[in-house]
Amino acid sequence: MSGAANYIELCAVGDVTQDTPYKANMDGTDLAVFQLDDQYYVTEDLCTHGPGSLCEGYVDGDEVECPFHQGKFNIKTGVATSAPCTDPLTVWTVIVQNGKIFIDPASARKATP
Amino acid sequence: MSQTSAGAVIQSVLDDVQIAALADGIVIIGAGQAGGRAAEALRRQGFAGAITLVGDEDELPYERPSLSKEMLHDAEKEAITWVQKPEFYAANDIKVLTGTRAVAIDRTARNVRLGNGETLHYGALIIATGARVRHLDLPGATSENCYYIRTLADSRALRDRLVAGRRVVVIGAGFIGLEAAAAGVKRGCDVTVIEIGPQPLGRVVPEQIGAWYQSLHASHGVKFLFNAGLVKFHNEGNVVIVETKAGEMIPADTVIVGIGVIPNAEIAAEAGLAVERGIIVDEFGLTADPHIFAAGDVARHFNPIFNKHILLESWQNAQNQAIAIAKNIATPAGAAPYAELPWFWSDQYDVNLQMFGLSEPGADTVIRGNPETKSWMLLQLKDNRIICAIGMNTARDLRPARDLINMGATLNPEELADTNVPLANIMRREKRDRAAAA
Ligand SMILES: Cc1cc2nc3c(=O)[nH]c(=O)nc-3n(C[C@H](O)[C@H](O)[C@H](O)COP(=O)(O)OP(=O)(O)OC[C@H]3O[C@@H](n4cnc5c(N)ncnc54)[C@H](O)[C@@H]3O)c2cc1C
Ligand code: FES
Repeated sequence: MSGAANYIELCAVGDVTQDTPYKANMDGTDLAVFQLDDQYYVTEDLCTHGPGSLCEGYVDGDEVECPFHQGKFNIKTGVATSAPCTDPLTVWTVIVQNGKIFIDPASARKATP
Repeated sequence: MSQTSAGAVIQSVLDDVQIAALADGIVIIGAGQAGGRAAEALRRQGFAGAITLVGDEDELPYERPSLSKEMLHDAEKEAITWVQKPEFYAANDIKVLTGTRAVAIDRTARNVRLGNGETLHYGALIIATGARVRHLDLPGATSENCYYIRTLADSRALRDRLVAGRRVVVIGAGFIGLEAAAAGVKRGCDVTVIEIGPQPLGRVVPEQIGAWYQSLHASHGVKFLFNAGLVKFHNEGNVVIVETKAGEMIPADTVIVGIGVIPNAEIAAEAGLAVERGIIVDEFGLTADPHIFAAGDVARHFNPIFNKHILLESWQNAQNQAIAIAKNIATPAGAAPYAELPWFWSDQYDVNLQMFGLSEPGADTVIRGNPETKSWMLLQLKDNRIICAIGMNTARDLRPARDLINMGATLNPEELADTNVPLANIMRREKRDRAAAA
């Protein structure tokens, strides 16, 4: 795969379950790795409202609920779906290879609030 | 009255409110958390009429919880959570009058009179005036020597006083007092908490939780005096000596008072609306006047879950009750009662407490996890149904308790005590069983 050299390895597939996202780190930024059925998704870990860590949050369908004040985000798009959160999370494209989860740092994107 | 006709009645009331609100605008009194969220939610729900937010503080709406937590932890860095960024209001055509007090409501003319003599006409009025601190009524206690925590200005003034080595006396061992005590410890102060009751956190949480918090604070060096009535303050230079009924004399460089709040309901009472320690509203947030709503700390609302009127002084209630009212005004066709299970949190040291439901004395208790650690849960049960769930550093495992309480699921206490069975699994099983039965 061309460009694969730029991919960043975050964790192994076995580190994540549907109920327990995994906290990874990329250059000092915490990331949350989620599993929804057989797909994986990566968002920023820090809630856009305050100090909540989303990998400590509660996954319900396609959404993660922040453990601090129950604001919610869509895990696939990063869009804030429930108060008090309004600003979206940055999300990355995930690549799974040989049981490991990678992201392409260049794929970082944020929905418009 | 049957469900449908009650539904039809509220809908026609809200239809009329919407027409009036679109014609004459919405005025919100109180630019705090509930007021700010109401304005925001009205626009998000597509309300196109005028919105004026009137607040007597100088700041745009902000959230108060950090005032007794992060704000006090650091003298340099301010931790303020704004309800919205400053540009949001203009961008959404919300007129905000800060530093402006509403002084009277004329219900016949549908006008609000402001402190500056102007009047604002309204089609719908939302009263979100919150609460003010209860002042300590004691000889020698003044506004100079007592620090309260309600506003940003209060918190800023107090944090400058939390200097390492100083003696801090906290009067009142409720959540805000204990958070202030933890902040004092963090800043290196010598902290004593004086409480008139027998233990911290009084009747809001079960005794075991209060006792646990007492040990937590004691392990950080906080001293407690319980059952301690006060006689007077002796002011000696910059030092206050607090005299208790038992004759103790406790010197303080700073006294922090957290003895509860009083709802700012006078403006409603003077306009002839029903007030019983809070403005009485129904499950739609409406007072007896179909053009006037109330939300947040000032509203005693009918909660269908408990089948009675309750007043909640909490962040969740301020936000979600305001949003519910905004939705009912903006989209009356989808009118829905505000029926939410209370949720509260508190942060002290490295412990995040969260609580779903209302604690009741005499309920059965299930302990989940080990209270000797800083991560455990207390569940209160009635007839094997959870009525209240309190977790220390267990946010994720605790969260499904909300659904279990709302479902009224009959559960096995032994299973609930077993930390090997995640509450999420129990919750999913109960949901499956219900779906299968339906
Ligand atoms: C220090 C502190 C810590 C807290 N911590 C937590 C916590 O950890 N968890 C939790 O769940 N809850 C917490 N709370 C409670 C929560 O902050 C309140 O429930 C919430 O702020 C209530 O919002 P409100 O909009 O109803 O009232 P407020 O936020 O009090 O806003 C009301 C506003 O109306 C203004 N006003 C009043 N009368 C008038 C008038 N006549 N004209 C114009 N303006 C007027 C007031 O000045 C104020 O700005 C805390 C509260 C405090 C003070
Ligand atoms: S920190 Fe996430 S909702 Fe507040």
